[in-house]
Amino acid sequence: MAHPQLNTLAGLVSALLAGNRRALARIISHIEDNTALAQPLLAALYPRAGQAHIIGITGAPGTGKSTLVNGLAGLYRQRRLSVGIIAVDPTSPFSGGALLGDRVRMRDLAGDPGVFIRSMATRGSLGGLAQATADVIMVLDAAGFERIIIETVGVGQSEVEIASTAYTTVVVEAPGLGDEVQAIKAGVLEIADIFAVNKADREGADRTVMALKMMLNLGIPDKYQIMHHGRMLPVTLPLASAPDQQWIPPVYKTVATQKQGISELLEGIEEHHRYLVASGRRQLRSHLRAATELRMILRDTLLDRVLAELGTAAIDAMVHAVAQRQIDPYTAVKQWVAAYNHRPTT
Amino acid sequence: MKRKIRVLVAKPGLDGHDRGAKVVARALRDAGFEVIYTGIRQTPAMIAEAALQEDVDVVGLSILSGAHMVLAPKVKQALNEQGMDDVLILLGGIIPDEDVPTLQAMGIKGVFGPGTPTPQIVKFILQELAEPVT
Repeated sequence: MAHPQLNTLAGLVSALLAGNRRALARIISHIEDNTALAQPLLAALYPRAGQAHIIGITGAPGTGKSTLVNGLAGLYRQRRLSVGIIAVDPTSPFSGGALLGDRVRMRDLAGDPGVFIRSMATRGSLGGLAQATADVIMVLDAAGFERIIIETVGVGQSEVEIASTAYTTVVVEAPGLGDEVQAIKAGVLEIADIFAVNKADREGADRTVMALKMMLNLGIPDKYQIMHHGRMLPVTLPLASAPDQQWIPPVYKTVATQKQGISELLEGIEEHHRYLVASGRRQLRSHLRAATELRMILRDTLLDRVLAELGTAAIDAMVHAVAQRQIDPYTAVKQWVAAYNHRPTT
Repeated sequence: MKRKIRVLVAKPGLDGHDRGAKVVARALRDAGFEVIYTGIRQTPAMIAEAALQEDVDVVGLSILSGAHMVLAPKVKQALNEQGMDDVLILLGGIIPDEDVPTLQAMGIKGVFGPGTPTPQIVKFILQELAEPVT
């Protein structure tokens, strides 16, 4: 059966907006594979996105992220909200292949046209998400999904990329993974808008909850400072209307396999959503996302251009010189930039 | 970027022996494919739906219950109904030799019995998905 309209830009976009799920799946593939249609598709869909609430679910491997996502999505469906899910798993650095197994825990959602699940491999990206994740979120948003849930790879301590991608970040913990010292370290715990202590029927759950609450009592870093740290464009941000209205991350106990505590967690997510909107912080967050995104695209674009201009032979020679310590890497890059600036104009 | 080959590995029907499916999934991962593993007790409708959402090139089915002559064509039909008639369907498990031609005629292109070396499956997928030479 041929679907010739799904081979063109206009055909894909109009099919997507008409609710065609095959078109949605094809568009996501174009973006993941960065085909010639990828950028025109993103440009066409960008103005239509921006309505969805984006929820990130992150935490160590085996804490039960997929099962929690399954439970949350089921409850959102009871509230008649449509849900797009992106489940990210790691790409093997050796073969380039990946085993994407999060769907196994999401079988309750099968057969529901209000749910769309897509598995993504990281394809070499290290921050807990795939490079194309933000773009795929945008496509699901443009397709009209009201809640978008991103499940990151099982992260360690420093994969905090999700915080600049989602509006509400849920950090999932499980009992027995660490003590109070783990809880005051920097990194993934600092990005939480909400904590879920999953597998709360196990021994030690109360201790984990206490350790998190103790950490929160020591003071909550302002997320907008964290996100501003070192990776932003120098932009003037719209100020939150009332910066004193601080959000204190709540801690929920859940048993995802028994569907316990999920509705409380979902209420917490919705409460955070209302808080972001009412305090003006959703707008602030959109601003920060745009700045981060522009910076990354600018960096990638310039990098590609400079490398193409230099050519592989010159790059190889310089890499060799740096490895042999004949030149330091900073001077090397200065020379590259100078060579690029003085490139022959055609 | 080169297009990644995406493969759905699923077990339709009621048998719970998923070791073979997992071995094949792992081998395909090591061959550089992105493998979406959906687990046991999948209905043909669930498999077709997952294949569509994940936009896969290949659907690999593992059936050890003897129900392959019923289940495999149902998966094929469910895929066709949503316009995915170009997806390569592979079948593994305990399949009697005399069933193979019938299955192939139904569009189940690759049938692999017990003891198939996994590189043979990888090679088959790469051959079938290769762009036709013009």
